[in-house]
Amino acid sequence: MLAIGVIGLLYLVIYPILFRQQNYLLNIVITSSILSVISLGVWLVFVIGRINIGQAAFVLLGAYVTAILTIRLNLSFWLCLPISGLVAGLIGFLIGIPILRLKGVYFDMLTLCLTEAAMLVMLNLGGLTQGARGIMNIPLPGALKMGTLIVIPAFRPGDYLSFYYLSAVILILTLMALWRLNNSRVGWNLRTLRQSDTLAPSCGIDIVRYRLIAYTICCFLGGIGGSLFVVYVQSIFPTSFKVIDSIYYMLYCFLGGLNYILGPILGAFLLTFTFEGLRVIQKYQEGIYACLMIIFMLWLPNGLLSLRFRRGAHKKGSDGTRSGTILDRIRQFVKQQTR
Amino acid sequence: MAQMIVNGIMLGMSYALIALGLTLIFGIMNIVNFAHGQMYMLGSFIVYYFYGIYHWNFFFALFMCIVVLALIGVIFERFFFRRIIKLSTRAESSMLLAIGTALLLENVALLSFGEKNRGVPPIDNRIYAILNIHIPGNRLVVFTVSIVLIAALLLFIRYTKYGLAMRALAQDKEVTYLMGVNINRISMMGFAMGASLAGVAGGLLALIFPIFFGSGANVSIKSFIMIMIGGAGVVPGAIIGGFILGMLESIGYGLIPGSVTYLIIIFAVILVLIIRPLGIMGKPGY
Repeated sequence: MLAIGVIGLLYLVIYPILFRQQNYLLNIVITSSILSVISLGVWLVFVIGRINIGQAAFVLLGAYVTAILTIRLNLSFWLCLPISGLVAGLIGFLIGIPILRLKGVYFDMLTLCLTEAAMLVMLNLGGLTQGARGIMNIPLPGALKMGTLIVIPAFRPGDYLSFYYLSAVILILTLMALWRLNNSRVGWNLRTLRQSDTLAPSCGIDIVRYRLIAYTICCFLGGIGGSLFVVYVQSIFPTSFKVIDSIYYMLYCFLGGLNYILGPILGAFLLTFTFEGLRVIQKYQEGIYACLMIIFMLWLPNGLLSLRFRRGAHKKGSDGTRSGTILDRIRQFVKQQTR
Repeated sequence: MAQMIVNGIMLGMSYALIALGLTLIFGIMNIVNFAHGQMYMLGSFIVYYFYGIYHWNFFFALFMCIVVLALIGVIFERFFFRRIIKLSTRAESSMLLAIGTALLLENVALLSFGEKNRGVPPIDNRIYAILNIHIPGNRLVVFTVSIVLIAALLLFIRYTKYGLAMRALAQDKEVTYLMGVNINRISMMGFAMGASLAGVAGGLLALIFPIFFGSGANVSIKSFIMIMIGGAGVVPGAIIGGFILGMLESIGYGLIPGSVTYLIIIFAVILVLIIRPLGIMGKPGY
């Protein structure tokens, strides 16, 4: 509890006040926060045991929805934000129905192709998305008014602090929602999907429904993230979010630890700060990320947080969750016999 | 139209080569080699240097592709993948490692070779015309070499001791171990062969397509599409997948302007996977 309080204080009060005028440092945290929101979505799909390499497609989708609605229909950003999320979630739901039934590898490869497909779609929807030219000069969020009461004042250009608090609030809300989900009955059911595709339904868990829930929420969060990005950067192009971005979201997740909900957030913040710190050797950036991935996979496959929350202390199962099920023990036994 | 079909067939053969490499690795080790496209790219760079710059024999350059990529494959398998297979509790670890290796290869290539596109001089400048269909000599060479290599690979897998071991390993790992097969060596061999197939395909297609460090990502996606269409882990599936993609690409680019072709291809893949979730010839159990 104390740790949460301290971090919360640091994040919401100390850091912004300290660096109020330094836009560069504020920028890093804003980007990290938005990336964390997106990576939390990818994390949720990891929880059900699938790899989602298609998150960038939904980020792109959410971004374009916000861009188009803001420019064409002059809708307020505060309306566009949830709408982008809902549209992304809906499309995720519709695409998820046919593709979630694919087994492991096929699903992963297909999500990779989805990222490409999204870019091609945005490239070719000429009139709506302006193709390769992209959409620019997207207005900053206006004031959020309830009647005549101004709840959130309009964003002024060059004011990074308001974006800081916007992204921070969204991240905290997302984290709270997912934490609640993770520790609820739905969360437990989601974790069973990772353990066994055949045992879970035999216990009465509707795997189709829960897979769809996880995937839809993932796409929803992607849409929200995209919306935040587009209004922050104020422009969008079909190549704004590529396959490499999808891979980065995954990297953030598993750097922090796939078994811990704070994992993607830790990964996103850590890597974004490192990237900025290494700006001098930027052309090695991908190479360093790649080496990091390889090193982590070989020596710390459960992420950074597994160092803090050591397995033995909490009697966790073979995959780090607290279940330690009979299935785990059987599996360990068989593994020992065939090694 | 006939021209497009002929083009498609010729392209399909080389694509089948790429898909075969990926299927081989996937069948034996159950790893999707994300770095496959980057290995293709390295192969094309090797041909660029040996054939394009140093002007050695083209086929010798292809041979060098095989050697270098096999070496890279051996290193990857021995130091990266063997360890992860032994250690990992999650199934996704090997895929994430493969993604890491892909990024690594791409970045190394970017740093070593720079960003500009390159090309090699064509090996055969003539154009053959048969019944109103024009076949550039270049593409004919690519086509013939691809067929020879695919045939050699199929013969190897079917009739040699090591090919038998690989097929056995693809079926059931524990039982193959019980039969006295050295799994480590066969895995290493399989990975090296898969990698060199990608490299050779890269070297061959260097005659036709531009060579640059980003071609890896494109080829990776194409090879995944081929595997998804044809079925992962089965050799005929790879060939069929490669063929179909070659045809679709050729006809698509011929008839439909712009980049919509790949969009259609991806949606076609989703359709195929809805009807047959394991690809056309995929076997359950992967």
